[in-house]
Order: sequence, then C-alpha cells, then structure tokens
Amino acid sequence: MRIDLTPRTGRSALMDALSPILAFLAALVIGGLVVAALGRSPAAAFVTYFMAPLSEVWSLQEVAIKAAPLALIATGLAFCYRANIWNIGAEGQFVVGGLFGGWIGVAAHGIPGDPLWVLPLMLLVGTGAGMVYGLIPALLKVHLGVSEILTSLMLVYVAELLLDYMARGPLRDPAGFNFPQSVTFDDAAHLPYLMEGGTLHAGVALAVAVVVLATLVLGRTLFGFAVRVVGASPRAARFAGFGDARLTLAVFAVSGAAAGLAGISEVAGRIGQLQPSISPGYGFTAIIVAFLGRLSPMGILVAALVIALTTIGGEGAQIDLKLPLDLTRAFQGLLLALVLGADALSRYRVRFVPGATA
Amino acid sequence: MAPVVPPARTEGPTPLFGAYGIVKRFGAFTANDGVDLEIRAGEIHALLGENGAGKSTLMKILYGLLEPTEGVVTHRGDVVRLAHPETARALGIGMVFQHFSLCENLTVAENIALVMPKGLGGRALKARIAAVGTTYGLHLDPDRPVWSLSAGERQRIEIIRCLLQDPKLVILDEPTSVLTPGEAELLFTVLERLRDEGRALLYISHRLDEVRRLCSRATILRGGRVVGACDPRAETARSLAALMVGAQVGAVTAPAGVATGPERLVLSGLTLPAPGLHGTALDGISLSVRGGEIVGLAGIAGNGQAELFDALSGETLAPEPGMVRFDGVESGRLGITARRRGGAGFVPEERNGHGAVPTLSLSANAILSRHATARLSRFGVLRRAAAKALARDVVAAFDVRKAGPDPAAGTLSGGNLQKYLMGREILAEPGILVVNQPTWGVDALAAAHIRQALLDLAARGAAVLVISQDLDELFAITGRIAVLHHGTLSPAAPAAETTREALGLRMGGAAPAEDPVTGAPDHAREAAHAH
Repeated sequence: MRIDLTPRTGRSALMDALSPILAFLAALVIGGLVVAALGRSPAAAFVTYFMAPLSEVWSLQEVAIKAAPLALIATGLAFCYRANIWNIGAEGQFVVGGLFGGWIGVAAHGIPGDPLWVLPLMLLVGTGAGMVYGLIPALLKVHLGVSEILTSLMLVYVAELLLDYMARGPLRDPAGFNFPQSVTFDDAAHLPYLMEGGTLHAGVALAVAVVVLATLVLGRTLFGFAVRVVGASPRAARFAGFGDARLTLAVFAVSGAAAGLAGISEVAGRIGQLQPSISPGYGFTAIIVAFLGRLSPMGILVAALVIALTTIGGEGAQIDLKLPLDLTRAFQGLLLALVLGADALSRYRVRFVPGATA
Repeated sequence: MAPVVPPARTEGPTPLFGAYGIVKRFGAFTANDGVDLEIRAGEIHALLGENGAGKSTLMKILYGLLEPTEGVVTHRGDVVRLAHPETARALGIGMVFQHFSLCENLTVAENIALVMPKGLGGRALKARIAAVGTTYGLHLDPDRPVWSLSAGERQRIEIIRCLLQDPKLVILDEPTSVLTPGEAELLFTVLERLRDEGRALLYISHRLDEVRRLCSRATILRGGRVVGACDPRAETARSLAALMVGAQVGAVTAPAGVATGPERLVLSGLTLPAPGLHGTALDGISLSVRGGEIVGLAGIAGNGQAELFDALSGETLAPEPGMVRFDGVESGRLGITARRRGGAGFVPEERNGHGAVPTLSLSANAILSRHATARLSRFGVLRRAAAKALARDVVAAFDVRKAGPDPAAGTLSGGNLQKYLMGREILAEPGILVVNQPTWGVDALAAAHIRQALLDLAARGAAVLVISQDLDELFAITGRIAVLHHGTLSPAAPAAETTREALGLRMGGAAPAEDPVTGAPDHAREAAHAH
C-alpha cells in the first residue's frame, strides 16, 4: 500500500487557525491517557500542569522568566529556518553570549559607584559574542560548503566546555571557597527587576521587544522579504537578486545575536554570576518552540509560554503527583509532532493507494 | 520526400504490443489524441516529436505509469490493462528513463539489488551482472559507488537493471541526451544487439540522425496526434524534420524590417560548463541584438535555453566580464540586480517558483524583480503602498484577470500570471528584454496580447531576445532567428529568408549543407551526417 499526499485546493483560514488548537487538544487527550496508565488522575495532572502555575504570582513570573530566553532564541532561529538554513547550535551561541557578557560583569566587580555603562556593555558584548559564534558555521558553509547542521551543533560542545573551564578556572571567585563559580555581580551588572520583590527581570521585556521588532523586520523590510522568498522558492530568490551567501551570513548573524542576547540576559538577570552551566538546554528547546510557533515571532511568543508553562507545571507534577520529568519532555515532543501533523493535514489530503508500492 | 504511410492496422504478423486510439486528457488539455502505435519483435521503433508532442505521455501509458482516458493496449493481440508498472514489467516491458533513479552512495550492485526481487543479492547477483555485462558489452565494476560513475556508466546500470528482467520490449526515453558521442556509439551497439535477439525497442528521441541510423520504423507525433509513420532509413533528415515541426513552408514577413539601432545586447564567445549531470554546457555563444529588433532563439528544450537565460540574467555569472555586454557595459560578472539597474529586464520560462513566488501576493511579486528599479524599498524598509500601486498599474496595462484586490500569484491562471510577469518587466521600459518561452501554456488571446507588447517594446527602441520552441511565434514576431542546439548557437538569419524546414533540421542537430538557416535546396541526406 502506498500513501499519497495531494495538496488541498481550497485552504481555509479557519482550519489554519484551528489546527494548532486541535493539535493541543489531541496532545491533552493522549497525555491524559498516559497519566491514567501511570495510575494517576488525569484531571489532577491537568490542574497541576496547566492551572497551578497560572494561579500564583511567583509561578506566573517563573513562567515568564523561562519563556523569555526560549522566545528570544526561537525568534532568531525563525530567520534561519524560514530561509532553509539549519542552525542547530543556538545553545552554543547562548552559552558564549552569557560567558563573554558575564565576563564584563566579573571584570566590573568592585568598581565603586555602580557605573551606568556596565549593563549596556554586557548586553552588547553578549549579543556580539553570540553573533560572532553564529557566524563561524555560516562562514564555513559559504566558503567551504560544510554542512551548517553539523558544525553549529558541534560548536555547542566547544562553547559548553569553554564556559565550564572559565567558570572553574580563570573566572572563579578567589574568595569563593573553591566553589566553581564567579563572583556575584554588582547591582550595576544586574538586569533590573520589573516588580518590587519579584523575580521578573528586564530580560523578559527585552524578549518581548525583540519579538515585536522581528515581526516588523520579517514583514516590512527588504531583508525580511528576502528571507521569506528564499524559504518559499530559492530559484525565485536568485531571480530577485538575493544572494545565497550574504543571506546565509545574515540569518546566522541574527539568530546568533538573539541567542547571545538571551544568554547574557539569563546570566545578568536570573543567575547573577557565571557558573559552569547556565542553560537547561534552552537552545535546543527553542528549536521546538520555533516550529510550534510556525516560525512567526508572535506565534513563537505563544509557543514559548506554552512550553514554559508545561515545564513549570512538570516540576509541580514531579513534586505533587510523583510523575516523572520525562513525561513533560514526552508531552512537549508529542505536542510538536501533533502540531506539525495537523499542519500537514490541513495542507494535504491523504489518500491510501491499495496494492501499490512506493 | 518519401511517401508517408498512415498508421494502419496490422497487415503482417500480430504486433508484440499495440496501442490503439489512445486518448489521454489532463483536465482540458489533451496530451494524446487518438494515437495508434504498433511495435513488432525485432525492431527498433522510433517515437519522434518535439517537446509537448505527447511522446512522454504515450510512453508512460505503455509502462503503466498513466492510464489512458480512452483506447486500448494489446499484447500479442490480446487487450491488456496496464494499471501499474509492475503489470507492465510482468508482461515484459522494461524502461530506461532519461533521468536516472540511482542512489549516489550505493554501489552498482546495491543499486541493482534495490529493484530486483527479494532474495537475489550478493554473489549471485554480481555473477548475473557480470554475465549480462559480457554478453552485451556493458562493462561495469559492481563494487564501484555510483557517485564515481559518468553519465554513460550510470545509464548502463539502468540498462542492466532492465535487462536482468529479460524484457520483450525496452522503452528508452531520450537515451543519448546525457551521453557523449562516444558513449552514444557504445549504446547503439548494445541496442542493435538487443534487436538482433528479437526484442522490440521503442526509441524516443528528437535527434534525426540517430533515428535514421538506428530505427527501421518511426511514428511521428505532433500536438498529441500521429502525423506520420515511415521508415526513417528511407527518409531524409529534412523530411523527418518537416514532419516533426509541421510542413507548412510559408513565406513570412519580418515585422520590423532591418533593425538599424545600436547594438544593445552582445554575447561574445559565451562559454559555461554544464551546471549538473542533466544540464547543458554553453559553447562559444555569440550574438548581437540591436535596439528596435526582436531576435528569436529556436531550439528543442534542454539544448541550453535555461542555461543561456541564467547567463543573460546574471543568475549564473559568466567566466569573463566581456562575454556579456549590455549597452556596451561589460556585464558578465554583474549580478541580476546590477543588470536590472543597467536597464535590462528578464522573464524566465518557469512562472511559479522562478519568475514569481506562487504563495506571495501580486504586489509582493512586484517587489521580487523591481525592488531596486522601482525603488520599492527605502533604507531597507519596503514601500508596500508603492508596490501595490505598481501591481495595479501592471494589472490595468496588461488586462490581468484576477480575483480580489491583491491575490496570491498562484491563484492566477497561467496566461494571466504570464501577462502580469511580462507587464512587470515591460512597465520598467527596459532597454534590453530577455524572455524565455513568452507564451508557453498561454491561451491564444493572452499570447497575442503578449506578442503585441513585445513588438511595441522593440518599436520603442529596446533590444528584445525571445527564446521559444514555438516556431509560429518566432516567425510572427522576430526579425532574425538563430537555433540553439547542444549549447551552440547558429548564426542568426533573417526570419524572412528562413523556412520552418531549415530550422527544424537544425533543431534536430542536422546542419543543412548550404547557408545554415536559409531554406535553399540542399542535400540533407548527406548533411545529416555532418553533426
């Protein structure tokens, strides 16, 4: 038997809008069945996963803080993926951004008077470091034809080990009782909090600003237009005169910069010092977020909140219901598979051709 | 000219395979319209025709890839239904495709094992490959990976795959299109051997000299109908060409007279390697187009039209700047945007996915080629209102029929989208316009509109180069015509002194003995061997 996919002629805007919602509902049903099979109440799991984190101010802040780096990184990745360029190394660009931006914070430790230039310089250096790190696979691809998928991914491990070395070695706090971490940043090197006594820091606002900016760039500028055309039809992009090489460099620079900014925001916002590890895999989760958000910045913002919500809810479920953390990961993967599947089904009609082989 | 025998039902022995009254419609388009074909054992039967004549459709019907709308296929006189290639293979029909389906990373033997019945592999298969190789002179090392093989060697894999199933009928689709002349000679030896063993071969081609050398019978298709059947050995290349392109040898009038404007588009010895296995290399192409004239490039698809278009537009850069000159400026190393800024316009053959992005709106597609020349962006920010205004102007000037104010390009009919793409370039008042297949798949009314727009543009002083397979079109609008064959270009001859016959001969790769493109009487039979 062969399975044929034929494009649907009339695509309705309603189905386009509904398909991610239907996919989410389907994921809830399947997730509920799994929870039931584990011998817990699906209703209680639903409350713990999706309602509890939204019911208290502190957990709402946690959701936002977790969503911010995901949204930032995924927005940058959307530029790459729209142009059919596969940057898998946002995790590395995130780490490098955090390391080099944080280095400024370490170096500025103890300067009296809390100078105003420290924080902007940290953000600038972090963003720039992420961009430069992102340009390495881009240059290798453009000049030597090396697959960016492999190089960007492998550079993640280079970045992680570099941070690990720096945090344990040269940047370690000399007065820190040999703990593998740097000095705690001064206030001047800390992203300000948005709420008195809360954890919500200015990195969240930065993320929202970048999402809005990215929406404008993709929709309203010639560069955004070029990215969209390359993705939709590479031949037409060449006809338009949008050079492959320049665009490859540009989208890697954008996504590297976004990941770098996310990295330094995390270090200067939530963590407040350099540690051997600064990311629970944001750069990889952001790949899921980018596709869940269908590569549009606004969609990505929503997707980042959903993933952050399930992650926080998953932590709650671990404590309250003794459900494994893997269940959360499985649910996130399931959600992605179903959203992509629903998208495919809204675009194509499936036909089974009996008796034929592919 | 030798008499043309109409396709008659069998007089002699029952044919091995027959197709009678084959009609195949795709929507409103009829690809095959009452085609009859009989193939006998021990013959190489040629299926001749231009692109779009319906050869591929008929071949796919015989191989079970398509089912005919009407008509029947017979095997030894019995009606059979070929619903699937497996059915066709079971009846002993094998096929060697023009585009190979091989896995680059696998070896020769592995590629062959892929299509063989399960359980046959390893040493037994290698032994059979070696046996077939020795019998037919198809030498191949079974352990070589495919990526290291030439086009001719890859084709041998396809042929061996086919022969291992011991076919009674082998269909070959343009088998020499990817081969060097030496490789083609080797292939002919193999084919003659297969014929002598009593197998039937259906040889699809538009190369007249090959067909005359190899085939004992030919069926000629034009516009989906059989227009003749003959013994190609008794024909001249000229008479075959006339059948293929239509025999009307009519006087034509050059629309613009002799152009006296300045040379605006000049190609000098443009040479480019083939872009891939199935691409065509361009070999020393020289041409000059003056302001005020339309020059036509005739030729059968796949002879370098796409490659030449890309080299003209700047999507492929020439090795030397001086090989392409626009208004005296050496443009060979300039990209397409710089060439547009210099006053050139381009309309490619493929509308969806090259000239336009089907999922984007008409105004976005205006930005696609006019972002630099119509100032549709300012400091990198798109001027969407200006793009919409430009799209509206094009729609009004070229009578583009569409639904909604700014619909996606893909929702327009082929003719209307082509009018839009033409208008998009012509409203820029280009000094040089290069158009590939301006009216391909366009209805008659829209085609007339487009041709008139091209004539008007030339009358305003532009140099227009039209690449087209449609000879009627070239005769209707061009002042001079050159023929592209195998990546080489014949000298452009005045259309008024040229005949369809002479063009057809050149398109088939046979050079007339005397003046290259004029229709002066010549001895085409000898000339056919010149290539």
